[in-house]
Amino acid sequence: MRISVNVNGSATSDEVEPRLLLVHYLRDVLNLTGTNVGCDTSSCGACTVHLDGEAVKSCTVLAVQADGHEITTIEGLAVDGVMGPMQRAFHEEHGLQCGFCTPGMVMAAISLVNEQPNLTEQDVRIGLEGNLCRCTGYHNIVKAVLRCASELQETAK
Amino acid sequence: MIPAAFDYVRAESADEAVALIGEHGDEAKFLAGGHSLLPLMKLRLAAPSVLIDVARVTDLSYLNDKGDHVAIGALTRHHDVEHSSLLASVCPLLAHAASYVGDPQVRHRGTIGGSVAHADPASDLPATLVALDATLVARSTRGERTIPAREFFVGFLESALAPDELLTEIRVPHSTGGFGFQKFNRRAQDWAIVGVAAHRSNGGGGIALVNMGSTPIFARQATEAWLAGASPAEAAALAPADAHPSADLNASVEYRNHLATVLTRRALEAASA
Repeated sequence: MRISVNVNGSATSDEVEPRLLLVHYLRDVLNLTGTNVGCDTSSCGACTVHLDGEAVKSCTVLAVQADGHEITTIEGLAVDGVMGPMQRAFHEEHGLQCGFCTPGMVMAAISLVNEQPNLTEQDVRIGLEGNLCRCTGYHNIVKAVLRCASELQETAK
Repeated sequence: MIPAAFDYVRAESADEAVALIGEHGDEAKFLAGGHSLLPLMKLRLAAPSVLIDVARVTDLSYLNDKGDHVAIGALTRHHDVEHSSLLASVCPLLAHAASYVGDPQVRHRGTIGGSVAHADPASDLPATLVALDATLVARSTRGERTIPAREFFVGFLESALAPDELLTEIRVPHSTGGFGFQKFNRRAQDWAIVGVAAHRSNGGGGIALVNMGSTPIFARQATEAWLAGASPAEAAALAPADAHPSADLNASVEYRNHLATVLTRRALEAASA
């Protein structure tokens, strides 16, 4: 089946098998390998991307379900080589150790901050329940999300 | 993990969806958000030969107040149930329970109708709808019928829906007399090892249990005692009486019964507060 998807601002169109998962479409067809496959059972969140601006687990979405929709991956965040605000906050707060969960963490965190701009530490911990960090580096991840949220609040004033 | 190959068709309306399933027979399955079905297909525990994608049927995504109940389109996402200001004011138990389903990513995709039709006794919403005495609406080429939630779940992953019926609407009665929802699990996003939904409304109420049998369990004896004036602890002691839990990796039967009693007491205390 032919699908047309807008990925990171570019229109793409490909012939795909209905059973192709969105994460494999992104990684294997479009060569966007920033999105990782972790558990492959919609538990760990490493494959989180945005579908029409909302975080979803791309290992549990068929590429055909994304037909006609907009997808943003970790590769779509930087503008002209300059990191987006959440990426910068993860960098500043050292919100990663091995880095495997980071693309999914960043995408989930952006979706969270978009939906809930006034976040407490507890909100961040609950809001990121769908993303696992096997290094257990959660403290700095939470700090990074809070930093980004407050920076965005300041900018909005 | 890759699902077995299948044919994929899209329905643009509920009527087209039921016509398509009539055409493709019981080897076909409806696909909504896909967050119950796709994991099973990836594990090859399900291998439908045709998927009928109903996610684009926009006229099945709504929350409408009908005076004494709220009519919810089957394709309404958990995220929208969780954040509905209408449900927050007239049926807060359901909005609250929806916030426990999976995680934010799952709630962006998963639908209330998909969760109910999947009929997993470990899911949060089926038991919540049993507690609320909700009514489910199913449509096929033969017409439409209503099924009480308390009669809908007939076995493990098995509902009263015929293979060619599409769940179209969930009707939940207004309930503002207090509620409690308790979920015990090992990790934040896991299914409940045991869960309890309880609510009280004008002259009525109900208690139902998650993962305490092959279906969501209506705790009839505990409900009757509670509504007749028993204390939370007294009513909660009766919670396991209608359940038939089994043992698994997480819990023995005795432990599940213990959890059901403790969690029911907490839910009833919250509902009475």
